[in-house]
Amino acid sequence: MKLCLTSTGKDLEASVDHRFGRSRYFIFAATEGKKYRVIENSAASASQGAGIRAAQIVMDQKPEAVITGNLGPNASSVLLNAGIKVYQHGGGSVQEAIESFNKGVLKEITQATVGGHFGAGGGRGRGGRGDFSNR
Amino acid sequence: MKKIAIASGKGGTGKTTVAVMLSRLLSKKFKVRLLDCDVENPDCHIFFSDAPTEKEEVCVFYPEVDTEKCNCCGRCQQVCEFNCLFVMKDRLMFFGELCHSCRGCKLVCPQGAISEGSRPVGKLFNSKVEKNLHLDYALMNVGEARATPLIEKLKKNLKSGADYAIFDSPPGASCPMAETVAGCNYAVLVAEPTPFGIYDLKIAAKVVKKLGVPCGIVINRSGGEDKIIDNFARQKKINILFRIPYSRKFSCYYSKGVIKENFFPGLADKIIKEMLRI
Ligand code: SF4
Ligand code: SF4
Repeated sequence: MKLCLTSTGKDLEASVDHRFGRSRYFIFAATEGKKYRVIENSAASASQGAGIRAAQIVMDQKPEAVITGNLGPNASSVLLNAGIKVYQHGGGSVQEAIESFNKGVLKEITQATVGGHFGAGGGRGRGGRGDFSNR
Repeated sequence: MKKIAIASGKGGTGKTTVAVMLSRLLSKKFKVRLLDCDVENPDCHIFFSDAPTEKEEVCVFYPEVDTEKCNCCGRCQQVCEFNCLFVMKDRLMFFGELCHSCRGCKLVCPQGAISEGSRPVGKLFNSKVEKNLHLDYALMNVGEARATPLIEKLKKNLKSGADYAIFDSPPGASCPMAETVAGCNYAVLVAEPTPFGIYDLKIAAKVVKKLGVPCGIVINRSGGEDKIIDNFARQKKINILFRIPYSRKFSCYYSKGVIKENFFPGLADKIIKEMLRI
């Protein structure tokens, strides 16, 4: 199974980034074996909508689950609507997070855990959005 | 028509005081239009007994998506610089609070699925408030994030017919301030002689320079510590136009909504003289 983990560094020893949209890196790793791939998060510096752009970067790699610290409202709408399971990891390394996932002890996130602009360091969130679903 | 912006980096340095004093003084000889561009918190009208009346609602472009026509090609998401759109296999998600009304999505949609919607962002107020003096201001709706559409509209509505237009800028040195100052003939930077004051003044002066607008400095609550501003002004070759002394009496009037335009004689003359010299 392919996992995506938000990470502060480029290897499995790095700690899980507690932000999603503004995470430094995304590590894509299999639940078994040692193989992994690192992608730098180009959305981290977006002036706005980082969560939405980051969700696209992650979804392009087609992971089955995402492991992160916190999830904002926009990123959570996108990921959860896309049917991707998201799990929360409190702290510790990417390696530990994978092990915890395999043991089945990680909590599943089913809605945003923080308000907008959490990872951006201040700012204000606002309401109003539309979901144009079709078919 | 000469356009003068009254700006500052830091808030509360006395922009409105200078803007209202200058407008009143000029209106004794000329036709003046005062634009309060601080649309998040307009306050010039407080100092006039005839407050302007509401004139029109300002709306911005807001994409409307026809889900029947949309085939989820994803083009709109690619073009949106502001990450407002997310296209999935079977649906399109729109995060309206992030939209900057650039119309990019509408332009690129090959299906014609995005049509011209609109959304109100605030209201415009204006009327003649004194002889030869017309005041315009806008009030942004609660919850809006962007002030610039309203400032644009205020400036667009400014027709000829006045000799001077005075723009009371929003504080700071970001988009709303830049939008206000852009295209002006002159900018007056009102600064306070404090470490905070000089820090923000430096940023504001940089923005104004980038916009190609000549500027001068008015020091407010001047007294003793002007050195930090003087040094900076000398270094950057920006003229100090006037020093408004700290005055308890003036503050008392101000707190009652009264700005006496003649309280600090010479202010308008100095600003106009400098502007005409440049
Ligand atoms: S109008 Fe511009 S900012 Fe708004 S959704 Fe369309 S492309 Fe994005
Ligand atoms: S560009 Fe038009 S057709 Fe393509 S996803 Fe956007 S709205 Fe749908």
